Amino acid sequence: MPRLDRYSIFSVFLEGLRGQTGWGPAWRQATPKPNYDVVIVGGGGHGLATAYYLAKRYGVRNIAVVEKGWIGSGNVGRNTTIVRSNYLLPGNIPFYETSMKLWEGLEQDLNYNAMVSQRGVLNLYHSDAQRDAYARRGNAMRLHGIDAELLDRDAVRSMYPWLNYDNARFPIQGGLLQRRGGTVRHDAVAWGYARGADRLGVDIIENTEVTGFRISNGKISGIETTCGFIGANKVGLAVAGNSSRVAGMAGLSLPIESHVLQAFVSEGIKPFIDGVVTFGAGHFYVSQSDKGGLVFGGDIDGYNSYAQRGNLPVVEDVLEGGMALMPRIGRVRLLRSWGGIMDMSMDGSPIIDRTPVDGLFFNGGWCYGGFKATPASGLCFAHLIARNESHEVARAYRLDRFRTGHMIDEKGMGNQPNLH
Amino acid sequence: MRINCPHCGQRSNDEFSYLGDASIVRPDPAAPNANEAFYAFGYERANIAGPMQELWYHAAGCHAWLVVTRDTRNHEILDVKSAQEVALERQKAAGTAQ
Repeated sequence: MPRLDRYSIFSVFLEGLRGQTGWGPAWRQATPKPNYDVVIVGGGGHGLATAYYLAKRYGVRNIAVVEKGWIGSGNVGRNTTIVRSNYLLPGNIPFYETSMKLWEGLEQDLNYNAMVSQRGVLNLYHSDAQRDAYARRGNAMRLHGIDAELLDRDAVRSMYPWLNYDNARFPIQGGLLQRRGGTVRHDAVAWGYARGADRLGVDIIENTEVTGFRISNGKISGIETTCGFIGANKVGLAVAGNSSRVAGMAGLSLPIESHVLQAFVSEGIKPFIDGVVTFGAGHFYVSQSDKGGLVFGGDIDGYNSYAQRGNLPVVEDVLEGGMALMPRIGRVRLLRSWGGIMDMSMDGSPIIDRTPVDGLFFNGGWCYGGFKATPASGLCFAHLIARNESHEVARAYRLDRFRTGHMIDEKGMGNQPNLH
Repeated sequence: MRINCPHCGQRSNDEFSYLGDASIVRPDPAAPNANEAFYAFGYERANIAGPMQELWYHAAGCHAWLVVTRDTRNHEILDVKSAQEVALERQKAAGTAQ
């Protein structure tokens, strides 16, 4: 029987008839070749998307992705799956909107069901000042052709009548709604990009950790790994969470701190919340997965960490935010919590740029907004690696912007990474 | 995570607020390389995976600044000193070096 290469209603039907025996693995277990044109370090969403777009849009054929764990083991499988493009600053708006548009066509492009669900992202406001700030943000978005609607209290109430509108300290006054925002099944994004890249000839090398870089006369010639040396003309780093450690092996010192962000899921309950809602007075964001669990999170723990777990004070803080916003979740039991390591940059915005080492490119500093950026990050990083120049929507994400004073500080917090 | 404050004893980490790497020292503004040194001071971080000296402030306690040595890989706290003590030690070490 031939292996089915494309997923379609016919292949699902046919496989139903022949007992699901014809499906092949979504990607090969590749063994490394001695040399590649491009090696991407990091097989998370961003690294896989980079490899995919390099092969698909930029015609690079000889590519490997090197991942220290297994595909889906890092932050691509640890986030709260939210996608949105409700940014304020000029450097960010076009980039995140490019990402949003790529999400909208992703499943057709990849021939993979990533469960892209544009269920709407609603950011609540609780004061006049916050309303004005959200109006400004919404206007900035609309000037860039992005959908945004400022809702008053009654309009929010018609969407979610059971929120706590009369909280004594933080009554809900309204919200900023981006209807095109929503959620995407995070694991499926990794799997879909891995499968798509694999079909275009990319070698995905799992369980192989980079231990060093071979650099001579300021130019990179390959990477040392736990499976030996792999030669490469160009190397791209997409290892957010561990950027400082990996880039440190190439002698770079980055404007990044690693911090832990926790996320949570409750037991499965009946359909309860059909969009994404965020609490503007604290930090709490929630959606409901298709399995019924409430998926939510809040702030980072606030101290440097490489441990993929956090501490109880932040758990308490997140749950207090949830209870303030929607008291009826009080008797829902928490099923799981986990932590992921974020590259917190010095201005809260990412970096996609060349490095002082010729042929070594850097992608990182995603803070806790990396998931929604996955497609555009891959596209822009592929553009940078293939053309050796920044993609037009990622030109602001320069590594030297802290030196030149061109920070993109969406929250206005300055160089204090745990406040972004 | 509990921090053993030298003044207050074992306290939960939510009584403290975090500033960051305690090994960073403000550069001399009169030095010839001050521009570069202030860039590194402001923006470059060692981001250590392992034991790291950090500044914590006991906001809900004695209001003291502490230098906590903590392993960032597993959150184990190895040492806590008052920041004043550490600063005086550094000053003394710098004095003997000259």
